[in-house]
Amino acid sequence: MKRLSEIFDRFGGVNLLPVLAAVVAFVLIDAPSSWVTLTVAGLAMGMMIFLMASGLSLVFGLMDVLNFGHSAFISFGAFVAASVLAFFGAWLGGDSSFLALIALILSIAAAIAFGLLGGWFFETVIIKPVYKDHLRQILITMGALIVAEQIILAVWGGTPTSVPRPAFLEGSWIIGDVSIEVYRVFAFLLGLIVYVGLYIVLNRTRVGLLIRAGVENREMVECLGFRVDRIFVGVFMVGSALAAMGGAMWAGYQTLISPALGAEMLIIVFIVVIIGGLGSIEGTLLGAILVGLIGNYVGYLAPKLALTSNMVLMMLILLWRPNGLRPIVK
Amino acid sequence: MNLLSIESMKTNIGQYAVLHDISLVVPEGGVFVLLGRNGAGKTTTLRSIMGLWKPSRGSIRFRNQDISSMHTADIARLGIAFVPENMGIFGGLTVEENLILATAKGSFDNNHLKRVTVLFPALEQFWTKQAWSLSGGQKQMLAIARAIIEPRDLILIDEPTKGLAPSIIDAMTGAFDEIAETTTILLVEQNFQFAKSLGREMAVIDDGRIVHAGSMADFVADRDLQNRLLSLSA
Repeated sequence: MKRLSEIFDRFGGVNLLPVLAAVVAFVLIDAPSSWVTLTVAGLAMGMMIFLMASGLSLVFGLMDVLNFGHSAFISFGAFVAASVLAFFGAWLGGDSSFLALIALILSIAAAIAFGLLGGWFFETVIIKPVYKDHLRQILITMGALIVAEQIILAVWGGTPTSVPRPAFLEGSWIIGDVSIEVYRVFAFLLGLIVYVGLYIVLNRTRVGLLIRAGVENREMVECLGFRVDRIFVGVFMVGSALAAMGGAMWAGYQTLISPALGAEMLIIVFIVVIIGGLGSIEGTLLGAILVGLIGNYVGYLAPKLALTSNMVLMMLILLWRPNGLRPIVK
Repeated sequence: MNLLSIESMKTNIGQYAVLHDISLVVPEGGVFVLLGRNGAGKTTTLRSIMGLWKPSRGSIRFRNQDISSMHTADIARLGIAFVPENMGIFGGLTVEENLILATAKGSFDNNHLKRVTVLFPALEQFWTKQAWSLSGGQKQMLAIARAIIEPRDLILIDEPTKGLAPSIIDAMTGAFDEIAETTTILLVEQNFQFAKSLGREMAVIDDGRIVHAGSMADFVADRDLQNRLLSLSA
């Protein structure tokens, strides 16, 4: 068993899990074109979930804050982006791809800006008074999530809102008998760019070094002369902006969104950060990709089990690694 | 000249009063040793100085400035470093990253870096390794190196010899002697042999109170006092 574990680690360890899942699915699905479609869909979904979950993971890792209100930013991001896209509807449907691209960028930028401002307000007004008190954190952030849902209901109404997409992101590329949706490739690439950006900030800058150190041992970072609470405000804002960005991407992916979106995504987002290891960005990416891939594969192979696949995956991983796949060193 | 003076300090942890009445004067220069049994309040005293636990009463003055209500980060920026009992190293960061984090500008001063690598040559060998992979002794060296990578006025060190092999403790004694030439050290220690080889001044804490303070030489000479305060056998 030890030898098997050593071999597993030598070839990439837990990073291999998505590859293993894809290989097993390839054998079970027995239809390469369907497998490619499901894999691309799973990767795109994984990247969007990563965007939504990464902030939550950092916020918990850095300050031990359990923020159930995190998914409110996913909802707001989705609705703000949908409104901006609807406002520029003529650009999206017109002949100019450039104008459609501008509309898309503006919609994502609006979601990010909302996330940054909302994150600052949320941290200052709701989170700060309940530092170091998990019970009150859960109660107050759950309450904030309910309030956020009601605000969305009041502003956007209770009926599902349709989300227009730019024309250049509609349709699929057909390669042989494989069909790849353009939007899924776009979502995957954007998620990848954000991950690379986060990786560079966390591993190549002083702020990133402080965040990584703070996630491990906040007290010691303060003993070195840094105010972690001030760093935390920035991390919270960026985390909320990423969630809003993920929500905006998800809105475009689903094309129909309802005020319950945040509450629906909350469970998946928490599963991802628990699977990955709280506080670990690499772990969050790994968990998100796994959840995305396995959700799609199981949905195809055994549709009745699709809803439970994430829970089963989390249980199996926690039985194997109680601290998640890529836990941070505490 | 006094570097640090504590007067009638009381610290509670939750509903428990851990320090009842701590009054202490740490002169500038050399090693000041705080001795005491397990649970006497040594660690709480250091953590209170560092602002990690706020005293509910009394004052802590560093270079005549009251620091008792200051934020930990602001206390550190005054020139006070802390090496906790668990060493507080960042296991997921490399040795280099651990050290660079402790620099004010985010870059090394060559002279200070040279001093650290001369004192602890093993660290250079593991420069790019993640700190969790170091041995206990190497982790302790890294924790102390981090405290001296920038000039400090006072270093608070909590039981640095705990769990270390005698050969490493010997090496550490030499390092502490060198560090104490330029920086005042407030050392909390249970290893009396180690403490007496370094300390010039000392105090004994028991049940949250200072029960003795004086020169280390006098304390070493008085076996009855040692037995009474520390329960040391011959």
